[in-house]
Amino acid sequence: MKVLMKGNEAVAEAAIRAGCRHYFAYPITPQSELIEYMAKMMPKVGGTFVQAESEIAAINMVYGAAGCGKRAMTSSSSPGISLKQEGISYCSGAELPCVVVNVQRGGPGLGDIQPAQGDYFQATKGGGHGDYRIIVLAPASVQEFADMAAQAFDLADKYRNPVMILSDGMLGQMMEPVEFAEPATEDDLERLDKQHWDWCMHPNQDEPNHHHHEINSLEIDPVVLEQHVIALGKKFDRMEAAEKSWEEYNLAPDNEILCVAFGTASRIVKSAIDDLKEEGVNIGLIRPINVWPYPSEAIAAALTDKTKLVYTFELSLGQMVEDVRLAVNGKAPVEFYGKVGGIVFTPEEVKDKLKLALKV
Amino acid sequence: MKYEMICSGFGGQGALTVGKFLALAGMNEGKHVSWLPSYGPEMRGGTANVSTVISDRPVASPLVTTPDILVALNQPSLDKFGPDVREGGLIIANSDLCPGGFEREGVDIVFLPMNTIAKECGSIKVTNMVSIGALLSRSDVVKIESVKNALQELLAEKKPALLEANFKAIDEGLARGKA
Repeated sequence: MKVLMKGNEAVAEAAIRAGCRHYFAYPITPQSELIEYMAKMMPKVGGTFVQAESEIAAINMVYGAAGCGKRAMTSSSSPGISLKQEGISYCSGAELPCVVVNVQRGGPGLGDIQPAQGDYFQATKGGGHGDYRIIVLAPASVQEFADMAAQAFDLADKYRNPVMILSDGMLGQMMEPVEFAEPATEDDLERLDKQHWDWCMHPNQDEPNHHHHEINSLEIDPVVLEQHVIALGKKFDRMEAAEKSWEEYNLAPDNEILCVAFGTASRIVKSAIDDLKEEGVNIGLIRPINVWPYPSEAIAAALTDKTKLVYTFELSLGQMVEDVRLAVNGKAPVEFYGKVGGIVFTPEEVKDKLKLALKV
Repeated sequence: MKYEMICSGFGGQGALTVGKFLALAGMNEGKHVSWLPSYGPEMRGGTANVSTVISDRPVASPLVTTPDILVALNQPSLDKFGPDVREGGLIIANSDLCPGGFEREGVDIVFLPMNTIAKECGSIKVTNMVSIGALLSRSDVVKIESVKNALQELLAEKKPALLEANFKAIDEGLARGKA
């Protein structure tokens, strides 16, 4: 059954259904419906909800819960996500699975509370210190936002690493029909718990050496740390090889322009593409669904001898466009159009840019 | 078929709820819908508005810039969004709070004293429902039953007393909009 729900609430409900029983956060617009929903629902499913004293406290509570092998999550909007970066680095260093949701707003600094995509660099290039990577999922609809909750937890468990859902104020505030997966049963929760028993802190006294498990990101011996980081690197390589995801929209061999956009921006670009299609102009779009690892090969494969231009649209000064340039690798010119400050471009503006480029 | 709408009014007038019930009704009719509110400080005392899209196909941009339908519950909303309405579009305006009126060629404009009608129906709170009735008297964006069913679902348990006033307001808007 479909229900009409805000993205912020939908992702919270979906996370609970996916077995998340530990959620810690600090309120911030335009993300606060998420924490509000968790505050209301966590007690009803026997979970833990803490409105932490700060974003930093919240991510470190996630560190603790994840260290006990539990599905733990935190969420915030841009400035709050900056505060969490230290903790995300620690989680990655200690190989702790957890989910972080960023409902992006305009920046830098406190910025404003309107939708933006200016945290792309932070999310995909390692916002915290040290050699680490996290898988970053970028939804473009309320349904996808919700679906990504379970997906993010599964990926976090699979790789024992934080996973981020990179959303924005528009997807958080917008209501769309959404259909939820069946909630995790008690058996599911037990299975989810047990998958981590070989390394996590847990109360099972029968498990050999259970009290010798150590959760730590500190390793003072460089020889040991070197091996740890090399092993992490191999894990990140496996993530990069296996977890690319993208959508192809209106791709055709005769596309003269290939657009690249993710999240909210891709919705607007799709509208412009639909309009131009009615006018007899065919333009394709590649929408990265996971923005790290980045679907470079998909972009390269979409280029033909007809491709005159690769047009990147973002709600930033131009961040993902650098990955697009790497993917295109000089085979076609790469153009960029963006809006900043929480202003979202309209389908008409995108359409005008595309028409100008096509000279039609 | 795709309908793009903007519903706008003072915070508290229920403009966002107009969009919500249209979206709910559309969803229950099996259509693709999106509801994107303005949010932030402007909602306190200022103008609150929502972009609603109801379509047979998946909704690409949820952001409405040239609406097919505008519901303006006050003058600032009418002044702000009236000029953007698509040629051949529809404007439903609350004359009680639009003393300045609005003139434009090429669009269907319906003025109704919605505050007055709402009070006659039993509560000033149902002003927004008068606008839904008026809208549906001029457009088949969703079925009137779908809106009423959505209302019934939401209010039957929580506020049954208000349900009757809501239905009355929709019917009154429907009747006066046709006239």
